[in-house]
Amino acid sequence: MPDKPKVAFYWCASCGGCEEAVVDLADGILDVAAAVDIVFWPVALDFKRADVEAMADGSIDVTFLNGAIRTSEQEEMAHLLRRKSKTLVAFGACAQLGGVPGLANLFDREGILQEVYGDSRPGDDLPVLFNDVRALDQVVETDYYVPGCPPAPAIVLKAVQTLLNCARPPKGAILASDRALCDECARKATKPEKLTVAEFHRPHQVIIDEEKCLLAQGLVCMGSATRGGCGAVCIQGNMPCSGCCGPVGTVRDQGAKVLSALASIIESKEDMEIEHALASIPDPAGTFYRYSLPASLLRHKTRERILQ
Amino acid sequence: MLSGKTIQKAESRPAFEPRIIAFFCNWCTYLAADLAGTSRLKYAPNVRVIRLMCSGRVDPQFVLRAFAEGADGVLIGGCHPGDCHYQEGNYKTLRRFVLLRRTLKQMGIEEDRFRLEWISAAEGDRVRAVVNDMVEKVRALGPLRLNAAVEEEEAVHA
Repeated sequence: MPDKPKVAFYWCASCGGCEEAVVDLADGILDVAAAVDIVFWPVALDFKRADVEAMADGSIDVTFLNGAIRTSEQEEMAHLLRRKSKTLVAFGACAQLGGVPGLANLFDREGILQEVYGDSRPGDDLPVLFNDVRALDQVVETDYYVPGCPPAPAIVLKAVQTLLNCARPPKGAILASDRALCDECARKATKPEKLTVAEFHRPHQVIIDEEKCLLAQGLVCMGSATRGGCGAVCIQGNMPCSGCCGPVGTVRDQGAKVLSALASIIESKEDMEIEHALASIPDPAGTFYRYSLPASLLRHKTRERILQ
Repeated sequence: MLSGKTIQKAESRPAFEPRIIAFFCNWCTYLAADLAGTSRLKYAPNVRVIRLMCSGRVDPQFVLRAFAEGADGVLIGGCHPGDCHYQEGNYKTLRRFVLLRRTLKQMGIEEDRFRLEWISAAEGDRVRAVVNDMVEKVRALGPLRLNAAVEEEEAVHA
Protein backbone atom coordinates (compact mmCIF):
# COMPACT_ATOMS: atom_id res chain seq x y z
CA MET A 1 0.00 0.00 0.00
CA PRO A 2 1.44 3.42 -0.98
CA ASP A 3 2.06 5.95 1.76
CA LYS A 4 -0.99 7.98 2.74
CA PRO A 5 -0.75 11.76 2.19
CA LYS A 6 0.71 13.56 5.20
CA VAL A 7 -1.58 16.28 6.54
CA ALA A 8 -1.09 18.93 9.24
CA PHE A 9 -3.54 21.28 10.98
CA TYR A 10 -2.41 24.41 12.77
CA TRP A 11 -4.01 27.43 14.42
CA CYS A 12 -2.79 30.99 14.80
CA ALA A 13 -4.95 33.93 15.97
CA SER A 14 -8.23 32.04 16.02
CA CYS A 15 -11.07 31.10 18.34
CA GLY A 16 -10.93 27.32 17.90
CA GLY A 17 -14.07 27.27 15.81
CA CYS A 18 -12.14 26.07 12.76
CA GLU A 19 -10.83 23.08 14.72
CA GLU A 20 -14.42 22.41 15.71
CA ALA A 21 -15.39 22.57 12.02
CA VAL A 22 -13.05 19.65 11.32
CA VAL A 23 -14.65 17.62 14.11
CA ASP A 24 -18.07 18.69 12.80
CA LEU A 25 -17.48 16.52 9.77
CA ALA A 26 -18.95 13.84 12.10
CA ASP A 27 -18.87 10.51 10.24
CA GLY A 28 -17.08 12.20 7.36
CA ILE A 29 -14.00 12.68 9.55
CA LEU A 30 -13.49 8.91 9.69
CA ASP A 31 -13.13 8.85 5.91
CA VAL A 32 -10.69 11.75 6.06
CA ALA A 33 -8.72 10.15 8.89
CA ALA A 34 -8.56 6.85 7.00
CA ALA A 35 -7.36 8.54 3.83
CA VAL A 36 -4.56 10.62 5.37
CA ASP A 37 -1.77 10.48 7.90
CA ILE A 38 -2.09 13.37 10.37
CA VAL A 39 1.45 14.41 11.33
CA PHE A 40 0.75 17.59 13.31
CA TRP A 41 -2.42 18.87 14.99
CA PRO A 42 -1.75 20.64 18.32
CA VAL A 43 -5.39 20.75 19.39
CA ALA A 44 -5.81 16.95 19.16
CA LEU A 45 -2.43 15.21 18.92
CA ASP A 46 0.73 15.47 20.99
CA PHE A 47 3.27 16.60 18.41
CA LYS A 48 5.49 19.57 19.18
CA ARG A 49 7.10 22.29 17.11
CA ALA A 50 10.42 20.39 17.35
CA ASP A 51 8.77 17.43 15.58
CA VAL A 52 7.85 19.69 12.67
CA GLU A 53 11.33 21.24 12.61
CA ALA A 54 12.82 17.72 12.37
CA MET A 55 10.80 16.91 9.24
CA ALA A 56 12.39 17.24 5.80
CA ASP A 57 11.38 20.36 3.83
CA GLY A 58 8.30 19.72 1.70
CA SER A 59 7.53 16.46 3.47
CA ILE A 60 3.99 17.44 4.56
CA ASP A 61 1.60 17.10 1.63
CA VAL A 62 -1.10 19.52 2.82
CA THR A 63 -1.17 21.90 5.78
CA PHE A 64 -4.48 23.50 6.77
CA LEU A 65 -3.71 26.65 8.72
CA ASN A 66 -6.49 28.59 10.42
CA GLY A 67 -6.34 31.91 12.24
CA ALA A 68 -4.82 35.28 11.40
CA ILE A 69 -1.17 36.23 11.99
CA ARG A 70 -0.61 38.81 14.69
CA THR A 71 2.34 37.66 16.80
CA SER A 72 5.98 36.84 16.04
CA GLU A 73 5.36 33.21 17.09
CA GLN A 74 2.50 32.84 14.61
CA GLU A 75 4.64 34.38 11.88
CA GLU A 76 7.45 31.91 12.61
CA MET A 77 5.04 28.96 12.52
CA ALA A 78 3.58 30.15 9.20
CA HIS A 79 7.08 30.30 7.69
CA LEU A 80 8.03 26.91 9.21
CA LEU A 81 4.90 25.17 7.96
CA ARG A 82 5.23 26.81 4.55
CA ARG A 83 8.76 25.38 4.26
CA LYS A 84 7.71 21.90 5.36
CA SER A 85 4.56 21.70 3.21
CA LYS A 86 4.01 21.06 -0.47
CA THR A 87 0.60 22.71 -0.25
CA LEU A 88 -0.47 25.36 2.25
CA VAL A 89 -4.17 26.04 2.66
CA ALA A 90 -5.64 29.10 4.40
CA PHE A 91 -8.52 27.54 6.34
CA GLY A 92 -11.36 29.77 7.46
CA ALA A 93 -12.05 33.50 7.33
CA CYS A 94 -9.17 34.56 9.62
CA ALA A 95 -6.46 32.88 7.54
CA GLN A 96 -8.14 33.88 4.28
CA LEU A 97 -9.05 37.52 5.02
CA GLY A 98 -7.90 38.34 8.55
CA GLY A 99 -11.25 37.52 10.14
CA VAL A 100 -12.74 38.96 13.31
CA PRO A 101 -9.29 39.41 14.95
CA GLY A 102 -8.48 41.63 11.96
CA LEU A 103 -10.81 44.30 13.34
CA ALA A 104 -7.97 45.06 15.75
CA ASN A 105 -6.47 46.92 12.78
CA LEU A 106 -8.87 49.76 13.55
CA PHE A 107 -6.69 50.39 16.62
CA ASP A 108 -2.95 50.41 17.29
CA ARG A 109 -0.99 48.03 19.47
CA GLU A 110 -0.38 50.51 22.26
CA GLY A 111 -4.10 51.30 22.56
CA ILE A 112 -5.00 47.61 22.63
CA LEU A 113 -2.41 46.73 25.28
CA GLN A 114 -3.49 49.67 27.40
CA GLU A 115 -7.17 48.69 27.15
CA VAL A 116 -6.54 45.03 28.02
CA TYR A 117 -3.65 45.14 30.47
CA GLY A 118 -3.50 48.71 31.74
CA ASP A 119 -0.14 49.22 33.38
CA SER A 120 0.50 45.55 34.29
CA ARG A 121 1.97 44.56 30.93
CA PRO A 122 2.91 40.97 30.01
CA GLY A 123 6.62 40.16 30.22
CA ASP A 124 9.21 40.59 27.49
CA ASP A 125 9.69 36.83 27.12
CA LEU A 126 6.34 36.48 25.33
CA PRO A 127 6.05 36.63 21.52
CA VAL A 128 5.83 40.15 20.08
CA LEU A 129 2.32 41.45 19.33
CA PHE A 130 2.43 43.11 15.91
CA ASN A 131 0.79 46.43 15.11
CA ASP A 132 -1.29 44.86 12.39
CA VAL A 133 -3.19 41.62 12.03
CA ARG A 134 -2.52 39.89 8.71
CA ALA A 135 -4.14 37.21 6.59
CA LEU A 136 -1.95 34.17 5.80
CA ASP A 137 -1.14 35.23 2.22
CA GLN A 138 0.18 38.54 3.53
CA VAL A 139 2.87 36.56 5.36
CA VAL A 140 3.71 33.52 3.20
CA GLU A 141 2.79 32.15 -0.21
CA THR A 142 -0.60 30.46 0.08
CA ASP A 143 -1.86 27.82 -2.36
CA TYR A 144 -5.59 27.53 -1.63
CA TYR A 145 -8.33 29.03 0.50
CA VAL A 146 -11.23 27.41 2.35
CA PRO A 147 -13.75 30.15 3.26
CA GLY A 148 -16.14 30.48 6.18
CA CYS A 149 -16.33 31.28 9.90
CA PRO A 150 -16.00 28.45 10.43
CA PRO A 151 -16.06 26.66 7.05
CA ALA A 152 -19.29 24.68 6.63
CA PRO A 153 -18.89 20.87 6.77
CA ALA A 154 -19.94 20.53 3.12
CA ILE A 155 -17.24 23.01 2.05
CA VAL A 156 -14.55 21.30 4.18
CA LEU A 157 -15.35 17.83 2.91
CA LYS A 158 -15.37 18.96 -0.70
CA ALA A 159 -12.12 20.91 -0.23
CA VAL A 160 -10.35 17.89 1.29
CA GLN A 161 -11.58 15.64 -1.52
CA THR A 162 -10.45 18.20 -4.10
CA LEU A 163 -6.98 18.36 -2.58
CA LEU A 164 -6.59 14.58 -2.35
CA ASN A 165 -7.55 14.40 -6.01
CA CYS A 166 -4.78 14.37 -8.64
CA ALA A 167 -6.45 17.02 -10.82
CA ARG A 168 -6.22 20.11 -8.65
CA PRO A 169 -7.67 23.56 -9.33
CA PRO A 170 -5.22 26.33 -10.26
CA LYS A 171 -3.13 27.78 -7.46
CA GLY A 172 -4.84 30.56 -5.52
CA ALA A 173 -8.29 29.03 -5.97
CA ILE A 174 -10.94 29.46 -3.30
CA LEU A 175 -12.32 25.97 -2.74
CA ALA A 176 -16.04 26.80 -2.74
CA SER A 177 -18.85 28.01 -4.94
CA ASP A 178 -18.34 31.35 -6.74
CA ARG A 179 -22.00 32.36 -6.63
CA ALA A 180 -23.36 35.01 -4.30
CA LEU A 181 -25.30 33.75 -1.31
CA CYS A 182 -28.47 35.54 -2.48
CA ASP A 183 -28.35 33.32 -5.54
CA GLU A 184 -28.77 30.13 -3.51
CA CYS A 185 -30.92 31.60 -0.72
CA ALA A 186 -34.23 29.83 -0.11
CA ARG A 187 -35.89 33.25 0.33
CA LYS A 188 -34.72 34.53 -3.06
CA ALA A 189 -38.23 34.44 -4.53
CA THR A 190 -39.51 36.83 -1.84
CA LYS A 191 -36.99 39.55 -2.77
CA PRO A 192 -38.98 42.40 -4.38
CA GLU A 193 -38.13 43.56 -7.90
CA LYS A 194 -37.31 47.06 -6.64
CA LEU A 195 -35.96 46.71 -3.14
CA THR A 196 -35.99 49.82 -0.93
CA VAL A 197 -35.94 50.30 2.84
CA ALA A 198 -36.69 53.31 5.03
CA GLU A 199 -33.92 52.40 7.49
CA PHE A 200 -32.08 49.35 8.81
CA HIS A 201 -32.86 47.33 11.90
CA ARG A 202 -30.68 45.16 14.11
CA PRO A 203 -32.05 41.65 14.69
CA HIS A 204 -33.07 42.31 18.30
CA GLN A 205 -35.13 45.36 17.36
CA VAL A 206 -37.74 43.64 15.19
CA ILE A 207 -39.75 40.44 14.95
CA ILE A 208 -38.26 38.77 11.92
CA ASP A 209 -40.53 37.14 9.36
CA GLU A 210 -39.24 33.60 8.77
CA GLU A 211 -40.16 33.44 5.10
CA LYS A 212 -39.38 36.85 3.67
CA CYS A 213 -36.08 38.19 2.27
CA LEU A 214 -34.15 39.57 5.26
CA LEU A 215 -32.80 42.58 3.37
CA ALA A 216 -36.34 43.52 2.33
CA GLN A 217 -37.21 43.47 6.05
CA GLY A 218 -34.50 46.08 6.63
CA LEU A 219 -31.92 43.74 8.17
CA VAL A 220 -28.27 44.18 7.22
CA CYS A 221 -27.94 40.99 5.17
CA MET A 222 -24.62 40.82 3.27
CA GLY A 223 -25.55 37.93 0.97
CA SER A 224 -25.45 40.05 -2.18
CA ALA A 225 -21.64 40.37 -2.22
CA THR A 226 -20.77 37.27 -0.16
CA ARG A 227 -19.71 33.91 -1.53
CA GLY A 228 -22.27 31.15 -1.07
CA GLY A 229 -21.75 27.43 -0.64
CA CYS A 230 -22.39 27.52 3.10
CA GLY A 231 -25.95 26.27 2.65
CA ALA A 232 -27.31 29.59 3.99
CA VAL A 233 -27.44 28.15 7.49
CA CYS A 234 -27.67 31.59 9.13
CA ILE A 235 -30.68 32.49 6.98
CA GLN A 236 -32.27 29.16 7.94
CA GLY A 237 -31.77 30.22 11.56
CA ASN A 238 -33.54 33.51 10.68
CA MET A 239 -30.36 35.56 11.01
CA PRO A 240 -28.93 37.78 8.27
CA CYS A 241 -25.68 36.90 6.47
CA SER A 242 -22.71 38.60 8.14
CA GLY A 243 -20.37 37.89 5.22
CA CYS A 244 -18.03 35.20 6.61
CA CYS A 245 -17.32 33.47 3.29
CA GLY A 246 -15.71 36.61 1.90
CA PRO A 247 -16.32 38.30 -1.43
CA VAL A 248 -17.34 36.52 -4.63
CA GLY A 249 -14.62 36.34 -7.26
CA THR A 250 -15.69 39.48 -9.13
CA VAL A 251 -15.52 41.66 -6.00
CA ARG A 252 -12.15 42.91 -4.73
CA ASP A 253 -13.34 44.58 -1.53
CA GLN A 254 -16.29 42.96 0.18
CA GLY A 255 -16.96 45.77 2.65
CA ALA A 256 -17.08 48.47 -0.03
CA LYS A 257 -19.37 46.44 -2.22
CA VAL A 258 -21.84 45.58 0.54
CA LEU A 259 -21.80 49.19 1.72
CA SER A 260 -22.58 50.29 -1.83
CA ALA A 261 -25.45 47.85 -2.25
CA LEU A 262 -27.04 48.59 1.12
CA ALA A 263 -26.71 52.38 1.11
CA SER A 264 -28.24 52.70 -2.35
CA ILE A 265 -31.52 50.99 -1.39
CA ILE A 266 -32.42 53.67 1.18
CA GLU A 267 -35.71 55.25 0.07
CA SER A 268 -35.09 58.90 0.86
CA LYS A 269 -33.62 61.53 -1.45
CA GLU A 270 -33.06 64.17 1.26
CA ASP A 271 -29.64 64.73 2.88
CA MET A 272 -30.81 64.79 6.47
CA GLU A 273 -33.22 61.89 6.09
CA ILE A 274 -30.50 59.80 4.48
CA GLU A 275 -28.10 60.62 7.33
CA HIS A 276 -30.77 59.63 9.80
CA ALA A 277 -31.68 56.40 7.99
CA LEU A 278 -28.04 55.33 7.74
CA ALA A 279 -27.42 56.11 11.41
CA SER A 280 -29.26 52.80 11.90
CA ILE A 281 -25.92 51.18 11.02
CA PRO A 282 -23.92 52.34 14.07
CA ASP A 283 -20.59 50.64 13.21
CA PRO A 284 -20.21 50.46 9.41
CA ALA A 285 -16.53 49.43 9.36
CA GLY A 286 -17.12 46.69 11.92
CA THR A 287 -20.23 45.53 10.09
CA PHE A 288 -19.08 45.52 6.47
CA TYR A 289 -15.48 44.44 7.21
CA ARG A 290 -16.36 42.02 10.00
CA TYR A 291 -14.18 39.33 8.46
CA SER A 292 -12.09 41.12 5.87
CA LEU A 293 -10.43 44.28 7.20
CA PRO A 294 -6.78 43.12 6.77
CA ALA A 295 -7.57 42.00 3.19
CA SER A 296 -9.46 45.21 2.34
CA LEU A 297 -8.17 47.50 -0.40
CA LEU A 298 -7.31 50.25 2.05
CA ARG A 299 -5.24 48.09 4.42
CA HIS A 300 -3.76 45.65 1.95
CA LYS A 301 -2.79 47.99 -0.87
CA THR A 302 -1.24 50.63 1.36
CA ARG A 303 0.70 47.93 3.13
CA GLU A 304 2.07 46.63 -0.18
CA ARG A 305 3.01 50.15 -1.16
CA ILE A 306 4.89 50.72 2.09
CA LEU A 307 6.80 47.46 1.82
CA GLN A 308 7.94 48.05 -1.77
CA MET B 1 4.06 67.27 -11.25
CA LEU B 2 7.45 68.23 -9.97
CA SER B 3 9.98 69.22 -12.60
CA GLY B 4 13.57 67.97 -12.34
CA LYS B 5 14.64 71.42 -11.25
CA THR B 6 12.17 71.49 -8.38
CA ILE B 7 13.35 68.11 -7.14
CA GLN B 8 16.97 69.31 -7.07
CA LYS B 9 16.05 72.43 -5.17
CA ALA B 10 13.74 70.75 -2.69
CA GLU B 11 16.52 68.56 -1.26
CA SER B 12 15.30 66.06 1.35
CA ARG B 13 11.87 67.43 2.26
CA PRO B 14 9.86 68.94 -0.61
CA ALA B 15 6.82 71.03 0.32
CA PHE B 16 3.68 68.93 0.56
CA GLU B 17 1.45 69.14 -2.49
CA PRO B 18 -1.84 67.27 -1.97
CA ARG B 19 -2.82 64.74 -4.62
CA ILE B 20 -6.55 64.73 -5.18
CA ILE B 21 -8.45 62.32 -7.38
CA ALA B 22 -11.69 63.78 -8.74
CA PHE B 23 -14.48 61.69 -10.25
CA PHE B 24 -16.62 64.02 -12.40
CA CYS B 25 -19.80 63.05 -14.20
CA ASN B 26 -19.94 63.47 -17.95
CA TRP B 27 -23.07 65.62 -18.07
CA CYS B 28 -22.57 68.26 -15.41
CA THR B 29 -19.36 68.55 -13.43
CA TYR B 30 -16.99 67.53 -16.20
CA LEU B 31 -18.60 70.11 -18.47
CA ALA B 32 -18.22 72.64 -15.67
CA ALA B 33 -14.51 71.81 -15.46
CA ASP B 34 -14.33 72.27 -19.23
CA LEU B 35 -16.06 75.61 -18.89
CA ALA B 36 -13.58 76.63 -16.21
CA GLY B 37 -10.82 75.78 -18.69
CA THR B 38 -12.27 77.66 -21.66
CA SER B 39 -13.01 80.60 -19.36
CA ARG B 40 -9.32 80.57 -18.38
CA LEU B 41 -10.12 80.33 -14.69
CA LYS B 42 -7.04 79.46 -12.68
CA TYR B 43 -7.25 76.89 -9.91
CA ALA B 44 -4.95 74.61 -7.97
CA PRO B 45 -3.28 72.01 -10.23
CA ASN B 46 -3.53 69.25 -7.60
CA VAL B 47 -6.57 67.47 -9.00
CA ARG B 48 -6.46 64.50 -11.36
CA VAL B 49 -9.89 64.38 -12.99
CA ILE B 50 -11.44 61.08 -14.04
CA ARG B 51 -14.54 61.38 -16.20
CA LEU B 52 -17.37 58.94 -15.63
CA MET B 53 -20.78 58.86 -17.28
CA CYS B 54 -22.50 59.41 -13.93
CA SER B 55 -21.46 60.08 -10.35
CA GLY B 56 -23.54 56.96 -9.62
CA ARG B 57 -20.81 54.96 -11.38
CA VAL B 58 -18.40 55.73 -8.53
CA ASP B 59 -18.06 52.33 -6.90
CA PRO B 60 -16.80 52.78 -3.31
CA GLN B 61 -13.99 50.44 -4.36
CA PHE B 62 -12.70 53.23 -6.67
CA VAL B 63 -12.50 55.61 -3.72
CA LEU B 64 -10.70 53.09 -1.53
CA ARG B 65 -8.29 52.28 -4.32
CA ALA B 66 -7.50 55.96 -4.86
CA PHE B 67 -6.66 56.39 -1.17
CA ALA B 68 -4.76 53.11 -1.06
CA GLU B 69 -2.62 54.09 -4.05
CA GLY B 70 -1.60 57.37 -2.47
CA ALA B 71 -4.33 59.99 -2.99
CA ASP B 72 -4.58 62.52 -0.15
CA GLY B 73 -8.17 63.37 -1.03
CA VAL B 74 -11.04 62.19 -3.24
CA LEU B 75 -13.65 64.52 -4.75
CA ILE B 76 -16.86 63.37 -6.43
CA GLY B 77 -18.76 65.81 -8.63
CA GLY B 78 -22.26 65.17 -9.96
CA CYS B 79 -25.42 66.88 -11.20
CA HIS B 80 -27.65 68.75 -8.76
CA PRO B 81 -30.47 66.69 -7.20
CA GLY B 82 -33.26 66.32 -9.74
CA ASP B 83 -30.89 67.00 -12.67
CA CYS B 84 -29.30 63.55 -13.08
CA HIS B 85 -29.12 62.50 -16.71
CA TYR B 86 -30.07 59.02 -15.52
CA GLN B 87 -32.78 60.22 -13.09
CA GLU B 88 -31.55 58.52 -9.91
CA GLY B 89 -27.76 58.14 -10.17
CA ASN B 90 -26.80 61.09 -7.98
CA TYR B 91 -29.19 60.04 -5.19
CA LYS B 92 -27.49 56.67 -5.02
CA THR B 93 -24.15 58.50 -4.90
CA LEU B 94 -25.36 60.66 -2.02
CA ARG B 95 -26.48 57.64 0.02
CA ARG B 96 -23.23 55.79 -0.59
CA PHE B 97 -21.21 58.90 0.16
CA VAL B 98 -22.85 59.40 3.55
CA LEU B 99 -22.13 55.85 4.67
CA LEU B 100 -18.69 55.63 3.06
CA ARG B 101 -17.48 58.85 4.66
CA ARG B 102 -18.44 57.52 8.08
CA THR B 103 -16.71 54.20 7.36
CA LEU B 104 -13.56 55.96 6.13
CA LYS B 105 -13.48 58.04 9.29
CA GLN B 106 -13.43 54.85 11.35
CA MET B 107 -10.54 53.66 9.20
CA GLY B 108 -8.52 56.80 9.85
CA ILE B 109 -9.43 59.05 6.90
CA GLU B 110 -10.59 62.52 7.98
CA GLU B 111 -13.92 63.82 6.63
CA ASP B 112 -12.30 66.73 4.77
CA ARG B 113 -10.41 64.28 2.56
CA PHE B 114 -13.58 62.94 0.98
CA ARG B 115 -16.06 65.33 -0.57
CA LEU B 116 -19.20 65.25 -2.70
CA GLU B 117 -20.31 68.36 -4.62
CA TRP B 118 -23.17 69.05 -7.00
CA ILE B 119 -21.84 71.23 -9.82
CA SER B 120 -23.90 71.94 -12.94
CA ALA B 121 -22.47 72.44 -16.42
CA ALA B 122 -22.87 76.22 -16.03
CA GLU B 123 -20.89 76.46 -12.78
CA GLY B 124 -17.30 76.67 -13.98
CA ASP B 125 -16.48 79.09 -11.20
CA ARG B 126 -17.76 76.61 -8.64
CA VAL B 127 -15.23 74.02 -9.85
CA ARG B 128 -12.51 76.54 -9.14
CA ALA B 129 -13.89 77.41 -5.71
CA VAL B 130 -14.45 73.77 -4.64
CA VAL B 131 -11.05 72.56 -5.86
CA ASN B 132 -9.18 75.47 -4.28
CA ASP B 133 -11.01 75.02 -1.00
CA MET B 134 -10.45 71.27 -0.89
CA VAL B 135 -6.75 71.58 -1.75
CA GLU B 136 -6.27 74.04 1.11
CA LYS B 137 -8.15 71.84 3.58
CA VAL B 138 -6.18 68.73 2.60
CA ARG B 139 -2.94 70.68 2.65
CA ALA B 140 -3.73 71.67 6.23
CA LEU B 141 -4.34 68.02 7.13
CA GLY B 142 -1.01 66.97 5.60
CA PRO B 143 -0.22 63.78 3.69
CA LEU B 144 -2.46 60.78 4.32
CA ARG B 145 -0.46 58.24 6.29
CA LEU B 146 -2.92 55.40 6.63
CA ASN B 147 -0.67 52.74 7.98
CA ALA B 148 1.69 54.91 9.95
CA ALA B 149 2.05 52.31 12.71
CA VAL B 150 2.92 49.61 10.18
CA GLU B 151 5.42 51.89 8.47
CA GLU B 152 7.18 52.50 11.75
CA GLU B 153 7.19 48.81 12.62
CA GLU B 154 8.63 47.90 9.22
CA ALA B 155 11.31 50.55 9.66
CA VAL B 156 12.35 48.87 12.92
CA HIS B 157 12.45 45.40 11.33
CA ALA B 158 14.37 46.57 8.25
